Amino acid sequence: MADANTPKPSSSVKLVLLGEAAVGKSSLVLRFVNNDFQENKEPTIGAAFLTQKCNLPTRTIKFEIWDTAGQERFASLAPMYYRNAQAALVVYDLTKPTSLIKAKHWVAELQRQASPGIVIALVGNKLDLTSDSAGSAEVSGDGDDNAEDSGDARKISTEEAKTYAEEEGLLFFETSAKTGHNVTEVFTAIANAIPETSLKSARGPGASHAGASRTEEQRVNLNGPRDPNAKEGCAC
Amino acid sequence: MADEIAKEYDVIVLGTGLTECILSGVLSVKGKKVLHIDRNDHYGGEAASVNLETLFKKYGNYTAGTEPWKQYGRPNDWNIDLVPKFLMSSGELTNILVSTDVTRYLEFKQVAGSYVQQGAGSKATIAKVPSDAAEALRSPLMGIFEKRRMKSFIEWVGEFDPKNSATHKGLDMSKCTMKEVFEKFSLETGTKDFVGHAMALYLNDNYLDTPGGAPETIERIKLYGQSVARYGKSPYIYPLYGLGELPQGFARLSAIYGGTYMLNTSVDELVYENGKAVGIKATMAGVEPEMKFETRAKMILGDPSYFPDKVKVVGHVLRAICILKHPLASTNDADSCQLIIPQSQVGRKNDIYIACVSSAHNVCPKGYWIAIVSTIAETSANHHLELAPGIERLGKIEEQFMPLEDGRSDNIFISKSYDATSHFETSTEDVKDIYRRCAGEELVVEGLREGIQMSQE
Repeated sequence: MADANTPKPSSSVKLVLLGEAAVGKSSLVLRFVNNDFQENKEPTIGAAFLTQKCNLPTRTIKFEIWDTAGQERFASLAPMYYRNAQAALVVYDLTKPTSLIKAKHWVAELQRQASPGIVIALVGNKLDLTSDSAGSAEVSGDGDDNAEDSGDARKISTEEAKTYAEEEGLLFFETSAKTGHNVTEVFTAIANAIPETSLKSARGPGASHAGASRTEEQRVNLNGPRDPNAKEGCAC
Repeated sequence: MADEIAKEYDVIVLGTGLTECILSGVLSVKGKKVLHIDRNDHYGGEAASVNLETLFKKYGNYTAGTEPWKQYGRPNDWNIDLVPKFLMSSGELTNILVSTDVTRYLEFKQVAGSYVQQGAGSKATIAKVPSDAAEALRSPLMGIFEKRRMKSFIEWVGEFDPKNSATHKGLDMSKCTMKEVFEKFSLETGTKDFVGHAMALYLNDNYLDTPGGAPETIERIKLYGQSVARYGKSPYIYPLYGLGELPQGFARLSAIYGGTYMLNTSVDELVYENGKAVGIKATMAGVEPEMKFETRAKMILGDPSYFPDKVKVVGHVLRAICILKHPLASTNDADSCQLIIPQSQVGRKNDIYIACVSSAHNVCPKGYWIAIVSTIAETSANHHLELAPGIERLGKIEEQFMPLEDGRSDNIFISKSYDATSHFETSTEDVKDIYRRCAGEELVVEGLREGIQMSQE
């Protein structure tokens, strides 16, 4: 995803990760952003958020990806976290049934609290631990009902999660952050699903850094006048 | 899940008010292993912002079975502060926000105006607080000669250097009081009132007679002027979606640096060894089954409500939270403002503050204003009467809530709890004080940023 001879309209999109601890939220992002994977990754530390561009034919979406920073572990995620998010990745571990229950809880919470029009993708991660890890598990694909093979740790069938996603109007993917399977596809699908209109009214700190919403005169940039170096770290 | 709690932390922090969250954030950035607990299911403690339904249920004229909040739009469009405060745009909290990059999670807007009242009742004048010499000359708060005296006073404040006695007007700054400084400029009582209360933001007149207190007052006046100069309209800024965002922002900072967060968790016992607190026994509710755990820490800090035996009541803050359908009168239809009624203007010992915000800061639906009147109680009798000079400034009130303290330990206001001021300078002093005591060094906020990784790219 790297051609930019002709400048395309570019917009920032706040994307939040949600899901039970240890389902691979950070690993998915690491795969998407750095094309990297770390076995036994320590719980997330140290980054406010990561950014990654997604080039679409007619526009560029710059994802500003917020990690939970572990605050989901004891059900202590702050509402500020998903305020003004335009997209959410709700992740479960397809080898762990409780994680889908938790994912459904987050979907309900987002539908109740988040901005209307938020694009939600339900993602079953750790496909590499299942017998269909060879790569035949496209969402729209067929023939992934062989979940009973030996050595298969899958506990949640594609059908079950997919049906739920359709009922709730969510995007749905099964991924492996370890192999990279379907990871870029998730983010591209989200980027495509974000309506133009919501980009124009993009809000949130990142959006204002990008100059996307400077219409309201009284909004202040605290990093501005006092510290001219403050911007250098800004990802935008 | 209990096995995910470490056996020992460097610091356990109790309560997620702003002070505690700033401390957690800073301590985590400095590499300390922090466990942060709150008994409530939300961040912020008494500094949380609540929605209208919660406010009705807690403090309103509410009969079970009715839903009076429904006439005011979606309850979640309301973020109402229980303790109203603004940030000074050049103040210490702003510094901390910038140095820790918490500004990445929050958005701020200016507060449109800073006003002061002169006189009382029907004769009251409401006017913008003049912040520089030019504004002093235009202000209706002073007569023609007084304006000139005020102009030369403000110019002198700008030049004042505590270390350079040539700028001290022949006064001994180590001994003289602010009253003597005012006398030097022959300022009238009304002028002293708005300078001391609406610019230096003192809550009462004690500052006038403190020997050696003049430099501090002058610094406060300077801070006011610098804060106005930063964005123009007023010295104050305020976060979109209300003050409750602030503790959440610092909690996120802490979490990003490895801090562990547990809401819904009550402390059953502080564990002491040889007279020193060394750990806690606690229970996390809201999970099945509830989770009991025990852990140790080198240090435990928290808000007063977690140490009910160790605090004493030093005063009650009175507040009335009012929902309006119009801006405050005489404020140029400001979408947000602060109005200070200095104590002497209305025969009190403590000032009355009115903080007003609106949909401009995403705290309520369009067409509404939230005005919070507050002061320190001077009697134990009629709290309504004490707030009356403020409430009569509001015009027609749609709803009024009075979060009155009932004297229970979890509600009392103690010395280092949130005070009646409408800004955060006292809270950040508290942060620095606690940090100094627990880390054994001064908190230097500049440079904290060095340790913070920027997002990649």
